[in-house]
Amino acid sequence: MDMADLGAVWLTLKLASVVTVLLLLIGTPIAWWLARTRSRLKGVIGAVVALPLVLPPTVLGFYLLLVLGPQGWGGQLTEALGLGLLPFTFPGLVVASVFYSMPFVVQPIQNAFEAIGERPLEVAATLRASPWSAFWSVAVPLARPGFLSGAILGFAHTVGEFGVVLMIGGNIPDKTRVISVQIYDHVEALEYAQAHWLAGGMLVFSFVVLLALYSLKQRGKGEAR
Amino acid sequence: MIRKNFRLPVALFALLCSAGLSHVKADEVQVAVAANFTAPMRKIAAEFEKDTGHKPVLSFGATGKFYAQITNGAPFEVFLAADDETPARLEKELLIAPHSRFTYAIGKLVLWSAKDGVVDGNGEVLKKGAFKHLALANPKIASYGTAAVEAMSKLGVLESLRPCFVQGDNITQTYQFIATGNAELGFVALSQVYKDGKLAPGSAWMVPSLLYTPIRQDAVLLAKGRNKPAATALADYLKSDKAKAIIKSYGYDL
Repeated sequence: MDMADLGAVWLTLKLASVVTVLLLLIGTPIAWWLARTRSRLKGVIGAVVALPLVLPPTVLGFYLLLVLGPQGWGGQLTEALGLGLLPFTFPGLVVASVFYSMPFVVQPIQNAFEAIGERPLEVAATLRASPWSAFWSVAVPLARPGFLSGAILGFAHTVGEFGVVLMIGGNIPDKTRVISVQIYDHVEALEYAQAHWLAGGMLVFSFVVLLALYSLKQRGKGEAR
Repeated sequence: MIRKNFRLPVALFALLCSAGLSHVKADEVQVAVAANFTAPMRKIAAEFEKDTGHKPVLSFGATGKFYAQITNGAPFEVFLAADDETPARLEKELLIAPHSRFTYAIGKLVLWSAKDGVVDGNGEVLKKGAFKHLALANPKIASYGTAAVEAMSKLGVLESLRPCFVQGDNITQTYQFIATGNAELGFVALSQVYKDGKLAPGSAWMVPSLLYTPIRQDAVLLAKGRNKPAATALADYLKSDKAKAIIKSYGYDL
């Protein structure tokens, strides 16, 4: 592993951390709303959130490139706000990854909220808890496994992101060249030995993350019994 | 009743058979084509099919990726690379038909912007450096990227421009960065912005050929296509006057 590889590893961890924190902040209210609402919009919003699960990353990357470009409404908005254009920047990758990893965070949290049911919140209400404090002192603690799964999956999925980054990143060292792009470059340049270091590392990392997740679930089930 | 129940399996079986048959039809030829040669190859393939009845099945992509696929048993029979090194390497590894390597086109580099007035006729814009992003193909893996770096280094602007670099995985993606306006300008293949003597809208500078090593693009008949008439016919067709005229009309040298 050389400096460029280490730079890619550091950048990827930074990106995944920022995206996970942002997704917990943005995803929680969305998950809460999706879990409790009876609105007819529920289907629509749920479908939009789940889109990245089925869309090829190139579709998402291509539209982000158009929308965030100088002719797109997103690009005109960020320029008007004085932020400049987002493609080829770290904030641009963050925005793209938030979209891309959204379902992996929202869905586990939503499932956890739904599993709580009405009862504990009604009980909290009869004890004169405001909806706000019921949310924090009843719903969030009960949904903790969902938050944990969401955070782990969101982080891991962002680490594994490739297609979207390739489309809007521009492969800039220390700014947008994440591990997956670095591996791809090594393979394309026929530097298979260097590719193996990073690719093998990713394989081990992904396995450990999933192992942690599944043993967590197993333990959760044990406790419930 | 019984007959009705049989209908679906029979139909499925027939479908499978016909799919299997069309797959082994002798006059198809699997072709791997460098991304920069996409447009001319589509046209050549159409003419080839009209003239010979053989049907080329085209895959477009990065040359390095095709190399990895071919060495690992991909079913390609003819390969049109974006450089001359990759075909030479395949030849050394005995993965091509003997003596089948030839140069089918010489690529030209152009500095292009989708906007009018950004690129001037002398490439002075590179010295002024009044832009945020300059797109090029990744020089580590794409021959047009290597040529772009060589030209900038000869002009003495390489180090000052390096912070503005955004790199496409191949020349098509580089074009996309510029065409969508996300990069103000960049180095692409002339073939991407040139057709029938006319440049695409925007502004461009033809990089003088003494600033970079000629981008020789070689084609080979791969070992898998050695004994297939359709494959050898296509390799020959690429050398025909008709194909050469098409290749030139997209701005390649020959």
